[in-house]
Amino acid sequence: MAARMQQGGRPGGGGARFAQFKLVLLGESAVGKSSLVLRFVKDQFDDYRESTIGAAFLTQTIALDEQTTVKFEIWDTAGQERYKSLAPMYYRNANCAVVVYDITQASSLDKAKSWVKELQRQANENIVICLAGNKLDLVTEQPDKRAVTTADAEAYAQEANLLFFETSAKTSENVKELFTAIARKLPIEQASQGRGARGAAGRPGGVDLGSRQEPGAQGGASGCNC
Amino acid sequence: MSDDQSAGADIQKSSDNVSATGGEETQPQAGSVNTPKHDGQDVGGLERSQELTPPPLPPRPRLEVNGRPPTTGAGSFRLSKRASRPQLLSQATTAVSLADVHTQSRADFSSNPSSPASRIVSRKHSLSHFGKFRGNSDSGGDDSASLRSYAPTLDARLDGESLLGDVPEQEATPAWRALSAQLEHDDPFDNVLPDLDLFSLQMQHEFDEVCAVDAEGTNEEQTLGTWKAKLKHFFILSASGKPIYSRHGDDQLISHYIGVAQTIVSFYQGADDPLRSFTAGGTRFVMLSKGPLNLVAVSRLGESEAQLRTQLESLYMQILSTLTLPSMEKMFSARPSTDLRRPLEGTDVLLDGLADGFTRGSPSTLLSALECLRLRKTHRQTINDTLLKVRAPNLLYGLIVAAGRLVSVVRPKKHSLHPGDLHLIFNMLFEAGSIKAGGGENWIPLCLPGFNNTGYLYMYVSFFSTSEGPTNGSDERPSSAGEDDELAVVLISPNKEGFYELRKMRDELVEQLQDNGCMNVIKTAVRKRHAACSDIIPGTALRHFLYKSRGNVQFTMPSFEPYYHGLAARRKLMNLYSSMHESIHLKTAHLKVQHCTAQDAAALAWETPLFELYCVAGPQATKASLAHGANRIVQWIRREEERVFIIGGAVF
Repeated sequence: MAARMQQGGRPGGGGARFAQFKLVLLGESAVGKSSLVLRFVKDQFDDYRESTIGAAFLTQTIALDEQTTVKFEIWDTAGQERYKSLAPMYYRNANCAVVVYDITQASSLDKAKSWVKELQRQANENIVICLAGNKLDLVTEQPDKRAVTTADAEAYAQEANLLFFETSAKTSENVKELFTAIARKLPIEQASQGRGARGAAGRPGGVDLGSRQEPGAQGGASGCNC
Repeated sequence: MSDDQSAGADIQKSSDNVSATGGEETQPQAGSVNTPKHDGQDVGGLERSQELTPPPLPPRPRLEVNGRPPTTGAGSFRLSKRASRPQLLSQATTAVSLADVHTQSRADFSSNPSSPASRIVSRKHSLSHFGKFRGNSDSGGDDSASLRSYAPTLDARLDGESLLGDVPEQEATPAWRALSAQLEHDDPFDNVLPDLDLFSLQMQHEFDEVCAVDAEGTNEEQTLGTWKAKLKHFFILSASGKPIYSRHGDDQLISHYIGVAQTIVSFYQGADDPLRSFTAGGTRFVMLSKGPLNLVAVSRLGESEAQLRTQLESLYMQILSTLTLPSMEKMFSARPSTDLRRPLEGTDVLLDGLADGFTRGSPSTLLSALECLRLRKTHRQTINDTLLKVRAPNLLYGLIVAAGRLVSVVRPKKHSLHPGDLHLIFNMLFEAGSIKAGGGENWIPLCLPGFNNTGYLYMYVSFFSTSEGPTNGSDERPSSAGEDDELAVVLISPNKEGFYELRKMRDELVEQLQDNGCMNVIKTAVRKRHAACSDIIPGTALRHFLYKSRGNVQFTMPSFEPYYHGLAARRKLMNLYSSMHESIHLKTAHLKVQHCTAQDAAALAWETPLFELYCVAGPQATKASLAHGANRIVQWIRREEERVFIIGGAVF
């Protein structure tokens, strides 16, 4: 699995836990996937952002508590239809997914629902999915712009067993919260233990045949973070 | 250091050869220099007083008669053969096959196998149709006015000439009138005041967005005015007339014009005599039909048909790069009325980037060549070796690109890189902001039509800034802070799943380049930017030059500063280069050396089988000083060849 942890490599001493997870963002074009990521990773926002070409790969680390650090490897995919056939490549080994829609565009929620369906059918069975209704700032200014009510989206999220947030990449409202909530739902303990058991094989001197073949774990092959 | 000396010795040897055969010959002799002063070749001389100047003469016959007495012409020709190193032609080129050179720079001619004579015939034929069409369209309101003056310029002999020379003063567009007015100053290149003249103003607003017409249409007239004021338009429409792309204006605004374009294009297609181009006043229209697409360029910048056609080809390649040819053809054969904007969604920035590059005027596009970062041979060799050492098994091409210039390239022996493909990649990296601004790594499926227009390749891109010290650690990708001091590692693989493999290669590459010091070398070279012309050749009269090595399909140039500051001044310089490029590359021209003087500049173009050189000096520069400068450049290149060009590259 893509999730893994390294022990003792971080400052903070013996009890520290570090786990790495693969996260994929999906959703219709122009709903704000890249803006959410940019806000999360760099705490920046561009009013005008060009469409993502292909997919972008970024990383961000968050501390859940004093002992626990979670690193996200984020695949920010392009929303255009023509890239759809590539999506499985990005969600195949993902531990978590953020499916984004635009709360001022009802059709974007339909698209989000179809992504959720696809993920639940094809991705990891334990994948943590979060539904994000973005562009909250637009309806704060002009409430009549809202096309998807919070209640409707929330009801759907509950029914499909998803985390749910309404976010604004522009004002950064709920962005950090969203990623933190995902991190809390991820099996950190399990990932740490699982990786810990395999850790010996991953270290120099050991021969690790399994993880090198797996694209999701490739980062581990190029060395740990120490 | 020792390497440099040996390189120096090498060059010494070759220059010995030259001097042994007679140093006299290294000058392009004044006698062999053509001086087409009054025949419309001097694009710089926009201002043309009607009383004083005779009507434009057909340029070519005059040049043939006057300019190339066989003896002197041969003199300068022989010089070039000896002065440079012919064997370079047979070496592996960096990236690009020789065949590409010709298909690119002569795209127009290769795609039109008919002789000039037959072109004239077909033009006359078209003209009669055109007359009919015009009759019909006269009732169509004020738009027909723009078609008014097609006839005088539909002479094939004037084909390659800049429109500017032909256009009587009254007919010129306001922009060009303003440009001409500006030329009444002694030396506009010296004292360009960017805000004061209309051309600069228009150039400045050329890339502004045309706002949408509001619901009531209250601002329609104003919007249309803004739209019409653009100096250059590109349209792409499907064979069935659906708009696919327009550089300026939204659908509502352009729909009439798309309709007109469609009518004109299909009218001639129906008659089995496709319309290639026509002019109206100072505006040139060029059409390109490619399978299910029609592409139209409308330019008031004085570009030639061949140049505009190359630009349209490039836009077409961008579309193929997004879709691949088979999938586009499939869409249209399944449904001829397909709206291609949907599958192309999000690529407007790439098309805009290309279009604006053409409007600004780019040496790279004009010469169909690439520019390299100037590096010592030993450093380049180390970088090449490093690239080969860390090469991932599934790598097809690897590039290191700094500030839009190529640092190094790694490629398989049997696959060269097409300059058109590289242009698309560079455009994606440096013109479209999304990759750079993303601040991460990117994994991009794209089709490189020059390599293979039927399938996708996958491109790994990682940017890093060159402004501050070494990048720390391989894990955190630094954000993109600077504008064009960016360094990018571009790795291309046919393997869709190859991201992590190429990422690993990138990490190893960066680590090794840092260890062996090359990363700092590259960063220093990037920060140095272009040298001024006077630094390259101290005391020269030259202000700027373009030198293209044909064998390497690369060019080099000095800084635009201090003489060509700002968009308008650069565009005017590029116009001068374009017109020289055009007259040298016309099939009927047979020019080897061309000297032209205008009120604002004196220029020299010099072509040999090994290189093309275009240099520009102030208007007072004499022919001799231009020729002297040109020779000094050639000498400088000979000395620096392996620094300014990538020769061979890393081949596996």
